Amino acid sequence: MNVLGARVPTISPDQPIRVATTTFGALARSGFRRYATYRQATIAGAFTNTVFGFLRCYVLLAVAAGASGGRPAGYGTEQLATFVWVGQGLLTVVALWGWTDLSDRIRSGDVVAELLRPVHPVISYLAPDLGRAGHAAVFRFIPPVVVGLIFFDLYLPQRWQTVPLFAVSVVLAVVCSFSCRFLVNATAYWLHDARGPLIFWTLGSGVLAGLYFPLRFLPDWLAVTLWVATPMPGLLQTPLDVLIERDPPALQIGLVALQAVWAAILLTGCRTVQRRAERKLVVQGG
Amino acid sequence: MSYRASFVVETITNIGGTALDVLSVIVIFQATKFVGGFTLREAILMVSLSSCAFVLADFTVGNIDRLSTYVRAGTLDAVLVRPLGAMAQLLLMDLPVRKMLRLVLAIVTLAIGLHVNHVVWTLPRALLVVGAPVFGAVFFGAIFVFSASLAFWWVDSGQIGNAFTYGGRDFTAYPVTVYGGWFRSLFAYGLGFGFVAYQPALALLGRADPLGLPAWAGFVSPLVALVAAGAAAIVWRAGIRQYRSTGS
Repeated sequence: MNVLGARVPTISPDQPIRVATTTFGALARSGFRRYATYRQATIAGAFTNTVFGFLRCYVLLAVAAGASGGRPAGYGTEQLATFVWVGQGLLTVVALWGWTDLSDRIRSGDVVAELLRPVHPVISYLAPDLGRAGHAAVFRFIPPVVVGLIFFDLYLPQRWQTVPLFAVSVVLAVVCSFSCRFLVNATAYWLHDARGPLIFWTLGSGVLAGLYFPLRFLPDWLAVTLWVATPMPGLLQTPLDVLIERDPPALQIGLVALQAVWAAILLTGCRTVQRRAERKLVVQGG
Repeated sequence: MSYRASFVVETITNIGGTALDVLSVIVIFQATKFVGGFTLREAILMVSLSSCAFVLADFTVGNIDRLSTYVRAGTLDAVLVRPLGAMAQLLLMDLPVRKMLRLVLAIVTLAIGLHVNHVVWTLPRALLVVGAPVFGAVFFGAIFVFSASLAFWWVDSGQIGNAFTYGGRDFTAYPVTVYGGWFRSLFAYGLGFGFVAYQPALALLGRADPLGLPAWAGFVSPLVALVAAGAAAIVWRAGIRQYRSTGS
């Protein structure tokens, strides 16, 4: 490759890790920069998250006021308020909705460009998505949380371990969310138009991830099933439960470990799906 | 209609959307008997009135929220040069038949809500049960048009509109007593969302408003809807007039 003097970093098994991380970093930065250009949309989005924060927070506080002992499903009022506001901030960090890059490119045939690159397609989408999450963590996460802090009493973590654990949990949530979105988008390889699966995803993901109400409001058997059998609680509910210290430390770590297992399963799934898709992909056009 | 599978999926998910709204309310009420001083039965009536109004508005004028796409892409120019009203064309560019079933489900929920609350029927109440969804829909329609019109001045404003359309739907799905302070004053009375489902539901139930509004407040939704529609029409016209298209 150096015959032409080109210095193209690649990710492949026989290249040093440093090159791989450089490529990954460059892709992640490009994701960050892309979202940094949509300034108006960032402001508009943060405003909307804040309005929904007020709506959901008041509803859950009313539930707490009516529940016996004032602790519905074991959450205190400050914990519920934090659940809502941090949840509104995290919503765009994990980006449950609105990502159709892959399915759009599959439909238009542009995805073929991904296959020509020396980077695995899953990586070439994952890295910019982490960059996007980094942008959101600063510009979309902080505004609603600050508004929540001003207007409501929020719960602050009591144990120092909670903070790093929350950070890990958020990163895992982003990876899980990305993998799910990748898989949903990848149905376009077979269906040509992923609109149906995407609508299903948009509809189901919010409620199953714990955006509309904490999943522990559900009957125990259902909540446990969701946690173990699906990655969905790991997208939002787990990081939030970790932050507001709903559970003792051991269970907190257990929940994050469960997230990690799901992240591994889902990423492997993405690789497998991508490989099978490449075998059948026919790019149209002359 | 040539994409049949896609149509089926979208129909199912549209029904699912309304079902989820109702389901969320039911789950919330599993944790407690009273939310904001109201029981699940009463809340079902409110969420169903709100759903009927919202779905009807979404079915008729919901398409307008794609205006920002048309403004950005310049597609709006093609609409404006035709000898038909711009609004009518935008609405008919894609008639969402799939949203029809959603309306059916909302009406079924409303019927259940009326049934479980043992509403005592009088003529004003019978008129109200038809009028509240219709005028609620006019009101939501005005909010749709209003928030879409923002795109004339601010192309990337899409999400702000959602705060009032979908946010408004969520707001009206619960008793207004749930919300507190200036936020309630602003949304319920300032913007008028309190008159879409909450006040009509009180009138149907024959309950006095815990917040002290008189009983006739349940019947003012036509007035609120007309004011909102008028305001939306003015903003829409102003937007169309100052639209400068894209490009050089």
